[in-house]
Formats: sequence, C-alpha cells, structure tokens
Amino acid sequence: MSTGTDMPDESAPQLTGRARLGERLKRPISRGQITAAVLLAVLGFAGVVQVQSIGAADVYAGQRQEDLIQLLNSLAAASQRTENEIAQLEETRSSLRNDTDSRQAALEEAHREADVLGILAGTLPAVGTGIVVTVQDPSGAVGTDQLLNGLEELRDAGAEAIEINETVRVIAQTSLTDGQNGVIVDGVQLSPPYTIKAIGDPHTLAGALDFTGGFTDAVELPGIGGRVLVDEADNVEIATIRAPAPSEYAEPLQNE
Amino acid sequence: MIAGLGLLVGIILGLMLQPDVPLWLEPYLPIAVVAALDAVFGALRAFMDGIFDDKVFVVSFISNVLIAGLIVFLGDKLGVGGQLSTGVIVVLGIRIFSNVAAIRRHIFHA
Repeated sequence: MSTGTDMPDESAPQLTGRARLGERLKRPISRGQITAAVLLAVLGFAGVVQVQSIGAADVYAGQRQEDLIQLLNSLAAASQRTENEIAQLEETRSSLRNDTDSRQAALEEAHREADVLGILAGTLPAVGTGIVVTVQDPSGAVGTDQLLNGLEELRDAGAEAIEINETVRVIAQTSLTDGQNGVIVDGVQLSPPYTIKAIGDPHTLAGALDFTGGFTDAVELPGIGGRVLVDEADNVEIATIRAPAPSEYAEPLQNE
Repeated sequence: MIAGLGLLVGIILGLMLQPDVPLWLEPYLPIAVVAALDAVFGALRAFMDGIFDDKVFVVSFISNVLIAGLIVFLGDKLGVGGQLSTGVIVVLGIRIFSNVAAIRRHIFHA
C-alpha cells in the first residue's frame, strides 16, 4: 500500500514520534501541513454529511427484528383501517349524491305533476293547440242538456282545459243550470252566443263534437235552431283561473 | 496545527451547509469516508515514523477513496455489493486499528 504506512523506519529515528509531532505543531506553515489540512477538511466534510444523512434517514436502523415486524404489522393494520374508512366514506358520499339526485328528480316530477294538475284543476292559466267553438243560439233554446253534452264530449276527447265565454273555467266540480237568459255555470250567468275554448288535440276535439247525433247535431236540431262553428287553432289561450277549492271531507290517504 | 484546523473547517462547513447526499453517491460515501480515514491514520503513523511525504499522502488518500468506491461499484454490479462493502470496511478497519496501535506506541511508548 502506498499510504505512507510502509514499514515504519524504526532503525534510525532522530526524534521520537511524539517530539516530532510537538515540534511540527509549533511550526505550522509547510506544504505538507496545508495538503493534510485540505484533505482532512474534505474528510471532515464528507464524514459529517454522511453522518447527517444516516441520522436523518434511519430512525428504525437499530431496532430489533420482532419490533420491526410488529411495527410493520401495525402500520399494515392502520392502512387497512384507513382504506376501509375511505371506502365507507366514499359509499356514504355516493349514496348521498344518489339521494340528492333522486330528490331532485322527485322534485322536478312533483313540479311537472303540479303543473298538469293545476291545468286540470283550473288553478293555472294554459295555452296550447285546441279549438274555439262558437254556439249561436238566436232562439234561446240551447241549454244545459246540449252544453253539458258538448262538454262531456270534449272531456272524452281529451280536452285538458276548457273555458266558456272567457269568464268561467270548466273543472271537475263545474255545475250547469238553466237560467233566464241562458245557462248558469258555477253561479255565473252566461248569455249566448257561447264561446267554448278547449285545449287538446284539435282534430280529436273537433271530431268529438261533429259526429252524427253529437253536439253539433243536437244544437242544430230544427226544434232548437242553434248554430255551431268550430275553429281549430294553434294557439288557444285560457286565462281564467279558479282558486283551488279545499276539500272539506276528503283527505289524502297516507300510504306510509 | 493547520491540519487540525482543516479538519475543523470541514466539519463546520458540513454542519452549516447540510447538503443532501446525491443519490448516486449514497452507497459510496460511507466507504469513501472510511477509506479516507485509513489514509489519514496511515499518514499520521508515517509522520510519527519520520517518513511522511505529502505527495504520498495525497496519492494514497485519493487512491484509497477511488479504489474503495470502485470495489463497491463492482460489488453492486455483481450483486454482492453489501458483502463486498462489509469486506472493505473490515479490511480498512483492521488497517486503521494497526495504524492507531503504532501511533499509540509512539505517543505513549506502550
């Protein structure tokens, strides 16, 4: 090895090692000293860096095997637990999201249903395709029989909203009575000519009034002498509304 | 004197800078430090014996570090890096012990 450690020359020492070291310490500047200083600085630097990197990295280096295994097991169990928890929380989240979605859907469905029912019950104004029926009654002979018949036919043909003379909305509870100068619909005295607006499929509605022995025929019988004009329209507007009538006796049957 | 100061400066620098060891250097640094330590004790012993030569010290320091690193590198490539590092450490340790023993004999005459 060329480390300068080759065979110590014990045969001819002018000085003892200790004396030589002491003498050199008093006489600091020499090329050898500076070289040694530089190399020792490198060594010190590298050593400290290494010690620190080891100290930082290996907390578990000195532990016994059983301890390490136990540590590993407990870490594995902890991660298992955490994963379970994550799965559970994700499940909760998705179920909550589903809940919200279905609630949203139910709400929309309810809104739609409320609209439909509102139109049927007459609490909402409506617009759509339909027909406008004008019943002229010069002799005043058209009464409840004929009109009721006509309204029934329109209902059967799927009319979703019906209005008479732009004053009375015809709903499920509507009643017709013969009055002095025309019919009384829900307590409102109407006089001819009657204008019946109905929203629905125009052809079906028109057909429902027009068949042999139907509304038109009944009104135009010689004894009555009325006249019926049916106009199919794309944009029938029914603006009259009814206040919702609270039911006095019937209550919704609770299913739950 | 200056040598001791150099060692001190190196240690202080290392403590103050606290550099991260680059990953490729990680397996070699401990071996290199031990090899350098061996060179330093060898040099100290040679100094005591009166045969110290700074050129020999520099060459032995650098070649010790390089050879130690090379052996570990070779061991890693052959798949016996751990064992070979242990071997190098053992050999260097024995040398350090014998050098320290010679130094001790010089200083304490025992």
